[in-house]
Amino acid sequence: MAKYLLLKHYRGAPAPVNDVPMDQWTPEEISAHMRFMQDFADRLEGTGEFVDAQALAPEGTFVRFDGEGRPPVTDGPFAETKDLIAGWMVIDVDDHDRALELAAELSAAPGAGGRPLHEWLEVRPFLTAPPTVTE
Amino acid sequence: MDEVLLRGLTPGVLTILVRRGADFAAAEDAVQDALVEAVRVWPADPPEDPKGWLVTVAWRRFLDAHRSETARRRREERLQGEPEPGPVPAADDTLHLYFLCAHPSLTPSSAVALTLRAVGGLTTRQIARAYLVPEATMAQRIARAKRTVAQVRLDRPGDVATVLHVLYLIFNEGYSGDVDLAAEALRLTRRLSTEIDHPEVAGLLALMLLHHARRAARTAADGALVPLAEQDRSRWDTRAIAEGVRTLQAALARDRLGPYQAQAAVAALHADAPTVEETDWVQIVEWYDELLRLTDSPVVRLNRAVAVGEADGPRAGLAALADLDATLPRYTAVAAHLHERDGDLDTAARLYSEAAHQASDAAERDHLTRRAARLHHRRQR
Repeated sequence: MAKYLLLKHYRGAPAPVNDVPMDQWTPEEISAHMRFMQDFADRLEGTGEFVDAQALAPEGTFVRFDGEGRPPVTDGPFAETKDLIAGWMVIDVDDHDRALELAAELSAAPGAGGRPLHEWLEVRPFLTAPPTVTE
Repeated sequence: MDEVLLRGLTPGVLTILVRRGADFAAAEDAVQDALVEAVRVWPADPPEDPKGWLVTVAWRRFLDAHRSETARRRREERLQGEPEPGPVPAADDTLHLYFLCAHPSLTPSSAVALTLRAVGGLTTRQIARAYLVPEATMAQRIARAKRTVAQVRLDRPGDVATVLHVLYLIFNEGYSGDVDLAAEALRLTRRLSTEIDHPEVAGLLALMLLHHARRAARTAADGALVPLAEQDRSRWDTRAIAEGVRTLQAALARDRLGPYQAQAAVAALHADAPTVEETDWVQIVEWYDELLRLTDSPVVRLNRAVAVGEADGPRAGLAALADLDATLPRYTAVAAHLHERDGDLDTAARLYSEAAHQASDAAERDHLTRRAARLHHRRQR
């Protein structure tokens, strides 16, 4: 009973084994990839482990406070940013091993040639609420 | 309408349906439907016999569902022999339900979900909110759990320890949504203690009462965690403490010590101290020694090191800590505390920062960060 974030990076993670950018796949390969992701989420809902899945637009804006009564300062997007998050899945599982097992399955999503991507996903535990029993 | 009273009737109604021949999964669904119906109807039209009402409605729901299922499969066959709604037995056997919902074939998260629904009478939506997952996910988790135990017979007791573990997990989840899981675990454990005479059930009940008693003092107005040593003891619930101590003493008198009784004994010694300085740390160390004999776990050894640090001084605590694996959760936090007590503030500050980085819950992380900040700040002055 612990939540984990499975984080997919556009950039910043080590290169996947099947390292062909998506825009060079065939349309069928892209469809197969999307279907795999949806099936995976559906299956996790069926096992009672799914919490959330979202994809992010690659470009965002940096914003900061610029003093009382002044409009916020914006900057970016920075094309050179080293780490870029593509999206995430949140799972609620019994233990860390299960989180790793599911992340590994997700990493096998098909890519170019229908072969598994073997992409690197980052697994991050959620901080929990404090336990009731403390000593 | 008293929702807790309504939910308290759930396991009894469910066992009656099962005894009449309904399979557990279908009966459980029917009882959920009846509960929802009761919430709708009772406020305007309260029944004279709430339990009888629930049994009648749930049984009707079960038959309806069963009929339509049967009709789908074999239209020519009709279910015969609806039992007379007759008198409902007063005594119910909810004990087997506890065992079923905590069956060893279930994963901890499924056992927890099934117990909350079938024994606790919570709706799937309430359980989903308490555990911060989508309702559809929780519904599936419960459906799978029911399939897993479908072949388990409901007629013989299992291992009490598995039930206690599930209740302990629910209690430890605390309060995270619109359902107070700690209070719910306490209610279910109290009920279990009336169903079965077992010193460890009493031990867990005492443990819960004693920890629950401190709840108001555990968090500051701004939500920050207040450690035991700094809690305002006048805010502890003395009635819950008295009940916890009484329950524990009765259990200990049976002379069948178990880990929950030993943990409750530690909590009772804390509850018994009017001020933190008056804590009987020597006895607490002795109870940790008992606990180690019962369950030798690294977590117990870590807690024992804290107690040794208080009973025999921080150096003794650090020596006890030296035997332990430094990668244990909270090891660094304990080491920081002992170094601080030993007067080595530089080391303590460094370790508090490190411990904050490793913390697995946000309140603990913030607490440790404040400790580190306080020491850093003091050194600069």
